[in-house]
Amino acid sequence: MAISEFRKHPGQAAVMLFIFLFLLLFFVVPVVQVIFVAFMDATTGKFTLLNFKDFFNTALFRESFWNSLYVGAMAVVIASVFSMPLAYFTSRFEFRGTVIIQSLGIIPLIMPPFVGAVAMLMLFGRNGSVNLLLEKWFGINIPFMEGLNGVIFVQSVHYFPFILINLSAALQNIDRSMEESAQNLGCSGMRLFRRIVLPLAMPGYVAGASLVFLKVFDDLGTPLLLNVNNMLAPQAYLRIASIGIKDPMGYVISVFLVVVALGSMWLAMLALKGKEYATVQKGGGGLVKRRMRPWEKFFAWIIVLIIMSLVLAPHFGLTLLSFGTIWSFSLLPDAFTTNHFASIFAETPEYMTNTVLYSFLAGVIDVVLGTAIAYIVIRTKLIGRQWLDYIAMSAVAIPGLVIGIGYLRTFFGYHVPWLENQPFATWWVAIVIALSIRRLPYALRACTAALQQVSVSLEESAENLGAGKFSTVRKIVVPLMVGGILAGFITSFATAAVELGMTLMLVSRNSDGPLSYGIYVYMQSAAGRGSGAALGIVAVLVVGLCTLISHVVVERRQRKLGMGQTN
Amino acid sequence: MRKMKGVFLFSTIFVLPLFLLVATLVAVPQQTFALEDKVVIVTSYPKDLTGPFKKAFEKKYPAIKVEILQKKTSAGVKYIQETSKGNMSDLMWASAPDAFEVLKGDGLLTKYTPKAKGIPEKIGSYPINDPDGYYVGFAGSGYGIMWNNRYLKAKKIPVPREWGDLKKAVYHNHVGMSAPSRSGTTHLTVETVLQGEGWDKGWATWKEIAGNFKMVTERSFGVPEGVNSGDFGLGVVIDFFGFSSKATGFPVDFVYPTVTTLVPANIAIIKNPPHPKAAAAFIEYLLSIEGQELLLDPGIRRLPVNPKTYAKAPKDFPNPFKDKSIGAAVKFNVVLSKNRYNIVNSLFDVMITYRRGDLVKATGAIQKAEAALAGKSNTKAEALIKEARALIAAMAISEAEAVDAKFPGVFTSDVFKKRKKASVKVPPRQAEIEEKWDSFTKKNYAEAKAKAEKALSMLK
Repeated sequence: MAISEFRKHPGQAAVMLFIFLFLLLFFVVPVVQVIFVAFMDATTGKFTLLNFKDFFNTALFRESFWNSLYVGAMAVVIASVFSMPLAYFTSRFEFRGTVIIQSLGIIPLIMPPFVGAVAMLMLFGRNGSVNLLLEKWFGINIPFMEGLNGVIFVQSVHYFPFILINLSAALQNIDRSMEESAQNLGCSGMRLFRRIVLPLAMPGYVAGASLVFLKVFDDLGTPLLLNVNNMLAPQAYLRIASIGIKDPMGYVISVFLVVVALGSMWLAMLALKGKEYATVQKGGGGLVKRRMRPWEKFFAWIIVLIIMSLVLAPHFGLTLLSFGTIWSFSLLPDAFTTNHFASIFAETPEYMTNTVLYSFLAGVIDVVLGTAIAYIVIRTKLIGRQWLDYIAMSAVAIPGLVIGIGYLRTFFGYHVPWLENQPFATWWVAIVIALSIRRLPYALRACTAALQQVSVSLEESAENLGAGKFSTVRKIVVPLMVGGILAGFITSFATAAVELGMTLMLVSRNSDGPLSYGIYVYMQSAAGRGSGAALGIVAVLVVGLCTLISHVVVERRQRKLGMGQTN
Repeated sequence: MRKMKGVFLFSTIFVLPLFLLVATLVAVPQQTFALEDKVVIVTSYPKDLTGPFKKAFEKKYPAIKVEILQKKTSAGVKYIQETSKGNMSDLMWASAPDAFEVLKGDGLLTKYTPKAKGIPEKIGSYPINDPDGYYVGFAGSGYGIMWNNRYLKAKKIPVPREWGDLKKAVYHNHVGMSAPSRSGTTHLTVETVLQGEGWDKGWATWKEIAGNFKMVTERSFGVPEGVNSGDFGLGVVIDFFGFSSKATGFPVDFVYPTVTTLVPANIAIIKNPPHPKAAAAFIEYLLSIEGQELLLDPGIRRLPVNPKTYAKAPKDFPNPFKDKSIGAAVKFNVVLSKNRYNIVNSLFDVMITYRRGDLVKATGAIQKAEAALAGKSNTKAEALIKEARALIAAMAISEAEAVDAKFPGVFTSDVFKKRKKASVKVPPRQAEIEEKWDSFTKKNYAEAKAKAEKALSMLK
């Protein structure tokens, strides 16, 4: 049975085998090189589980574990609060603010989180602008940014687009006829929303929510910048960075990060199991939109504006930093200047071109792999296909630093013949591949959600009419998935552009560094804060522009093919 | 058009990864070819420091291009270790002497004796060059206290002068510092106070100061960042962070307390450098009068090791070769520091970094009780406060234990170093020991807080 499946579909089997090899070489092997330390006795070098016993015996690690879970869960809750009304407005109503909301869905992601945290501290910190005002007016000081609160706040502002994008895509893909049938049967209002719309949008929401949870759970930059260290990812990083190979606990924690990540993916899958989300038709996508009544419009705008001001706060703060001279214990910078921009354009234009190149390539690799994996997992019966999904998804839980160290270990011995025999690990292509591995989970989730909404019967009809597997995928499945694929590309592209932990390990010379590396370098000195912020603004603009262009290109193509995604 | 799309898609699926796969597998390890047209430097220094040196050096030696590889000190050490087979870097350029000790211990450095003249043997009480000749000091730096003037004014806090000042209740929740395990120079400050005041008293001092901590930062730059932006008011920082922040225009100031150590910032040639001549030329340039004067640049502000350079320094620039009060109070014992290096870091993390919340709460309670006691006499409350102080100061291990070969052994054992003999007793694991310290510390802080609160309730 098992083997006959492979024999029946040699093409599918070849693709699957290929992806397996790719993941094995560029993900599993490097990570295992690092992870195996978790199972080694520190003195004898023999296999042991003692390190895991130590983990559970250590109060600090247990506490970190609960803190990480708590922060992840709270970030999902707050991110949902941000994204649900926004997604609802855009899909349900003819709302003028739709464009704003769609851009809101991208803008936070293209800000490196550690830069965002700096800007947020200036605005919401204990002596940031907001608290200085509050103290002056009301004599109160609200600890937005203290400890775990700060992490939750920064993370949910940063990552809520995952939910917004996936939820909006899902809502737009809902077949209008479903809603119409429900209305014909007398269902309307909240009931319609609760019984028809919400369940149909569930795959998108769960995909987004699980991504937010995972990202927050393993994010390192934000807690580090806010100096919160009693969480798992910072503990792992601190152990590896400061004690290093001598102490296995950092690696043990990495193993836990992977286990929890896989566990939450599994829970997300369980939640969706046994339900049918695909809808047959695809012509008139999306819910019926109607005009808002005046008071509805008023409330909608208020909500959008509140959320927008929170979401744009990091950008606002960063802009002030980049144009400000000195900003210290005051409402606004003392004076304004354009010197910071002048200096970065004169000194370091290569950071920008590198960023666009690296993240574009990583994004392309990701959507290609993501589509292929989603198709194999959902549509074929090949043995072991679930593992493809598990392996690719677990990348989300591996700290960038671990991948960086793993790459150095694994690929340093292999030299690239045509480049002065430079080691592969320090060639910029290694950064691209590592980025694509790191961001593959985003693309994969988006592609999976998109594919889940395409009914098998469409493919079956195509095949009944004589189309082969590949031409079915090419002509039916991929075009129908384009919305999801685009969402996947954008998230992969945008977040790849702001990756830091791994980049720090792999960049072997400044001229190969992407923007996030440049910002980090600048931000490490008192005089460089303004220039770093200016570089951050440039990062937001460059990535935002590229995202916009790719959006326009795909949309135009869609229209040409006569299947307007956004009608 | 559609066909094109399909062709593109599937060629990308197959060809791109295949190409990469082949590229990696076909390529075999080969030796690098050395050319003296550039010098590759791994450094933890910011652009403000490396930029002027790169520019000036390239001007003097137009044929040599300076390639800077900026990494955090610990990441830089790791990078050099991981890339040692087929090394592509020439120089390691960073502050923390212990990072160089690690590289030296791993045999990853090349001996180099500088030719530059006029550089004394010691700065403060610390030798400028590595006695074994593996790394060379090019500038001095010492730790001190940095503060934000606007912050102190707004909160009506006095300016501190000594480490001891930071213990006072008026600084509660206003002080920041980075963890010694993350910053080599912070480690030296911790160790300096421990050596200056003795193990138990030194730790008690640190815990009393830490009881006022607003934050323990993960990066050493996090402290000046926090002080500059006004997130917290005072920070324990290395001098150049204070000087360069001030030079940039931030409303901050810096002072050297009496008990401080001046330590050299270093440069070393890595083992098997691809460009040894260019590397030597760079070191010599760094030590030349011209190079030393660059250190006085407002964005850099480090203490030159050549005493002559100070003639050109700005007025308020400290001169350790003249002003013997800087960094001379403690005879720094390098061997002792090295022997208990990891233990001190780990103790600081367990007792202070990770238990800062508990410590600050307990200290706050004690300070409140002491304030309530002031001017009254209540022997019972006084005794309770004293007990609470003692509980906080209590140490999980004694100084003798800290340098006992058994303990450091646990903290330095390398997983790749196998036991030489089966008969050697397996020492306890680091995580196991730290958990013991942690529960000891947590319990003491909680009890101290309870006692202080009880004392306060008696005084009301």
